[in-house]
Amino acid sequence: MDAILLQILNGLDKGSAYALIALGLTLIFGTLGVVNFAHGALFMLGAFCAVTLNRLLSLGFVPEDASATSVGGFSFGAAKETPYVEHWFGESVGAAIIDWSVPLSILFAIPVMIGIGVIMERGLIKHFYKRPHADQILVTFGLAIVLQEIIKFYYGANPIPTPAPEAFRGSFDFGALVGFDPNTIIYPYWRLVYFAFAALIIGGVFAFLQFTTFGMVVRAGMADRETVGLLGINIDRRFTIMFGIAAAVAGLAGVMYTPINSPNYHMGMDFLVLSFVVVVVGGMGSLPGAVLAGFLLGILESFASMAAVLETLPGINQIVIYLVAIIILLTRPRGLMGRKGVMEE
Amino acid sequence: MSKSNFTRRGLLKTSAVAGAGLALPTYLRAQEGGFTNAPDGDTVTLGFNVPQSGPYADEGADELRAYELAVEHLNGGGDGGMMQTFSSDALQGNGIMGKKVEFVTGDTQTKSDAARASAKSMIEKDGAIMITGGSSSGVAVAVQALCQEAGIIFMAGLTHSNDTTGKDKKANGFRHFFNSWMSGAALAPVLAGEYGKDRKAYHLTADYNWGYTTEDAMRKETEAMGWETVNAVKTPLTQTDFSSYIAPVLQSGADVLILNHYGGNMVNSLTNAVQFGLREKTVNGKQFEIIVPLYSELMARGAGKNISGILGSQNWDWKLENEKGDRYKGTNAFVQSFGEKYGFPPSQAAQTCYVQTLLYADAVERAGSFNPCAVVEALEGYEFDGLGNGPTLYRAADHQCFKDVVVVRGKENPENEFDLVEIVEVTPAEKVTYEPDIPEFEGTLGECNPGA
Repeated sequence: MDAILLQILNGLDKGSAYALIALGLTLIFGTLGVVNFAHGALFMLGAFCAVTLNRLLSLGFVPEDASATSVGGFSFGAAKETPYVEHWFGESVGAAIIDWSVPLSILFAIPVMIGIGVIMERGLIKHFYKRPHADQILVTFGLAIVLQEIIKFYYGANPIPTPAPEAFRGSFDFGALVGFDPNTIIYPYWRLVYFAFAALIIGGVFAFLQFTTFGMVVRAGMADRETVGLLGINIDRRFTIMFGIAAAVAGLAGVMYTPINSPNYHMGMDFLVLSFVVVVVGGMGSLPGAVLAGFLLGILESFASMAAVLETLPGINQIVIYLVAIIILLTRPRGLMGRKGVMEE
Repeated sequence: MSKSNFTRRGLLKTSAVAGAGLALPTYLRAQEGGFTNAPDGDTVTLGFNVPQSGPYADEGADELRAYELAVEHLNGGGDGGMMQTFSSDALQGNGIMGKKVEFVTGDTQTKSDAARASAKSMIEKDGAIMITGGSSSGVAVAVQALCQEAGIIFMAGLTHSNDTTGKDKKANGFRHFFNSWMSGAALAPVLAGEYGKDRKAYHLTADYNWGYTTEDAMRKETEAMGWETVNAVKTPLTQTDFSSYIAPVLQSGADVLILNHYGGNMVNSLTNAVQFGLREKTVNGKQFEIIVPLYSELMARGAGKNISGILGSQNWDWKLENEKGDRYKGTNAFVQSFGEKYGFPPSQAAQTCYVQTLLYADAVERAGSFNPCAVVEALEGYEFDGLGNGPTLYRAADHQCFKDVVVVRGKENPENEFDLVEIVEVTPAEKVTYEPDIPEFEGTLGECNPGA
């Protein structure tokens, strides 16, 4: 029982990331009808927003009295730098700012990611609206590779540690809280934060679409673009903004993910394929479906990597998601919550 | 949809062009001296096959820096680096046998097929006489087999699996880097001293060749000293989030977690393990510990603060001579010329690649020939010193170098980004030497192949 609860918890944070990325994918597909293979790269760019801000905040100078490590006659750049923020705001405030760089990056990433999203849509993707899905996939996939290589050029291929604030490091004994033996269910604070953050973002996006006039127009446009256009509403502009919002959602998912795993240029690709499976299983174009499938597959993946499961079914951890996807698509060809007429000519 | 222009004439034209294209690279230059790519002009070409893209690109870049430095030194440039301290004086700084050293590079992408393709191209198109490099055992084994068939010497770069000089060993292949077995043998006594002989270990193992041999070696050594292996779980190489593998560790009653992971796998699994607070736990009345059998500086950098206090093993460290004395001479000479050229200290991958290049050049000089079989003969059973690892033997039976192994620990308070590990102990070569015919290393070298 405790083992099962443990894997459900584990699935939640993974599911959160899948759900956030899949939500953005579905938004873009639902509004613009574009299959965006660069969406994983947007997740990665978000993570690198956090890395960049962390680096900017840690920029410093070497105090004059510092000593260097030397070998033979050669010494290496050495000595600890004093970050400017510590110099300006005093040591404790400066250190706290650096410590909280990941949450602070949210503020940094939102405008950056919306900007990137809008530029991407206006600059490239809008030229592919009337082209077949295969063309869209090729061009967005190419774009993803270009973005990856740019990041690799500036940041290297090695993962870059980007820790959570001190207050959220470590873990708590969830098992002891709910009456199990101590040490049976431990859960890191930051993963809980990630789950809560994801729930907040998902709730925010739904509320935005459901309760604002803008959202209503977008939903109307998703249902029948032509009619909305005929009513004199500039639906294209709204869809561009939705693309920016979808990019920001993916970016924020990336920002908050950095303390869980050190970001590298390739992290987007690791999530991309799974996110597509999530979208397809959830039902193309269905936002609740994407979220539901995200969590479902995240939890399933966790279960499949339990030692007890692996002993009876070796290798199941590597295929479980695809296996379930096949079963769901065979029994419900439109996915869990897919609507009629989406991607069906 | 696009319109197809597929016609019979078009097909013929295309196949003629493609055929000509395919035929070209298989052409081998005229053979003199009875071996593949015998150098006929006043230059000789070496092929550096390193990951220039993919997850190990940074490690590959450091290997390439070392190779370029080695070529510079062989041609008489710079300060000569380890050529000043090398026990052999065959190298004079006038290239190899008077021929200026040139090089070509290939991108392994850390994929066996890509690595074979780039090695093949360097051998067939560029006329490389020797192939060296790599950052993975899968790649090393694949390229080594290719070189054996082609009649080219392969000087392995960073490859740690037993199999490279075990079941997949080849007469034309040589490995300077240490291996899983040696890591186990070097770590075990240190682990017994630090953590005691009554421990319960949980292994997470990367699901490929290197992971298996490392898990085997660690289990064998730790079980021999009294540790119990509670569980060993294989994790997919593509895994990025290890939480579902880490979470059950405490439930199992284990008090040590051994991460048989390398590169990104290790950075992520260690980060996750620390996140789950494993290192703050007390299990069975003992402090919970994590061990990473094979360490690298780049991994330490990727893992950041999480690496502090974690024990592991290395082939070499740039502080070796400063901290452990003269036995490791060559280290400072190398660090200095590398540091002056690039501005930071070399990684262990860089050191092994640099040394392999010098060893090859030296063997050719001593043999008086570029013929692979003569080079093999010169390297087999060769004892040398002054290349940073202390006295070293290239064993004839399996073409594996035997030398001291460095046991390291992640530093608690690093002074700068290069100062990430501290040397705990250097295990002498005789403690990590094994018989060539033990079951873990079964396999035959075969005959050297000069090709052509």
